[in-house]
Amino acid sequence: MGIIEGRYGPNVVITSLDKVFNWSRSRSLWPITFGLACCAIEMMATSASRFDLDRLGIFFRPTPRQSDVMLVSGTVTVKMAERIKRLYDQMPEPKYVISMGSCANSGGPYWEYGYHVVKGVDLIIPVDIYVPGCPPRPEALIDGFMQLREKIMAGTMAKKGLNV
Amino acid sequence: MTVEDIFAKLTSLLPDSGLELLSNAPEAIIVVPRDTIREVSLTLRDDTDFGFQSMTCLTGIERGGGLEVAYSLFSNKLKKHINLKVKVSYEDANIPTVADIWRTADWHEREAFDMFGFTFVGHPDHRRMLCPDDWEGHPLRKDYQPPLFFHDIPVTVNVPGGTASPAVRPGA
Repeated sequence: MGIIEGRYGPNVVITSLDKVFNWSRSRSLWPITFGLACCAIEMMATSASRFDLDRLGIFFRPTPRQSDVMLVSGTVTVKMAERIKRLYDQMPEPKYVISMGSCANSGGPYWEYGYHVVKGVDLIIPVDIYVPGCPPRPEALIDGFMQLREKIMAGTMAKKGLNV
Repeated sequence: MTVEDIFAKLTSLLPDSGLELLSNAPEAIIVVPRDTIREVSLTLRDDTDFGFQSMTCLTGIERGGGLEVAYSLFSNKLKKHINLKVKVSYEDANIPTVADIWRTADWHEREAFDMFGFTFVGHPDHRRMLCPDDWEGHPLRKDYQPPLFFHDIPVTVNVPGGTASPAVRPGA
């Protein structure tokens, strides 16, 4: 990520900067506001007052250009897949993807006979965290965000990609 | 007024319409030849004794050997539902539209076209309803085979010949 990526070894400057960057990135994960199916209801519940994602620095942005995380919450139809890919391409780096629920993970109940469903969103965009469930409870989604935090904290600028 | 009564009155009003009563169903169904479906629909809607002013559903059906379109109508005057049916063959699945008679039929006919491949002659906006505009085939046909790819997006992965691998983060 960025122009210094891969140009320096893991020295004291890089590793200290890593801590600052990773801390700031992982503590303000802004997902893009979009929901695809019933998982989106759980996603909305997670961001509402009872589970309150705002307290974790996670709140939804209305445009992909201000977003860090794409939360694929629901059944990815073939018709929607092109839009998802376009939204993903519009997001600035660094960007992360959470695949929420069985449909986004693998096609779910449409695995065998769904002529209209992409069998897992990881076939069109790279996924960082898979949250299982149908739909996942809000606690599971929050755990997914916590896993993503750990993944980001383990990253380093000295190497390309997420070093996990 | 039962379906039998409606059928009797309809045949007396339109003696040449070729109606048929299918009474072995749980609720009797009036089978209409496709050439007279508009005439029958207008009579059911506009005749003051019927008053079938709302269409609750229009759906396509594929049975062995042919296609059918089922029309579900509701009359506020009679407080009654009735079902009409039009039967067509695979080769000649053209049916006159009723979209200008009941507005409900507009989108429902588009969906029936999308899923089964009927042609509703005279429909004001004859496009696919659910599938992408450039989708090929009509998915609810029994002989339908889903594509392996659609615009480079893998659709079928769990059949012989279906291949797909997860997307990879650039540079990972």
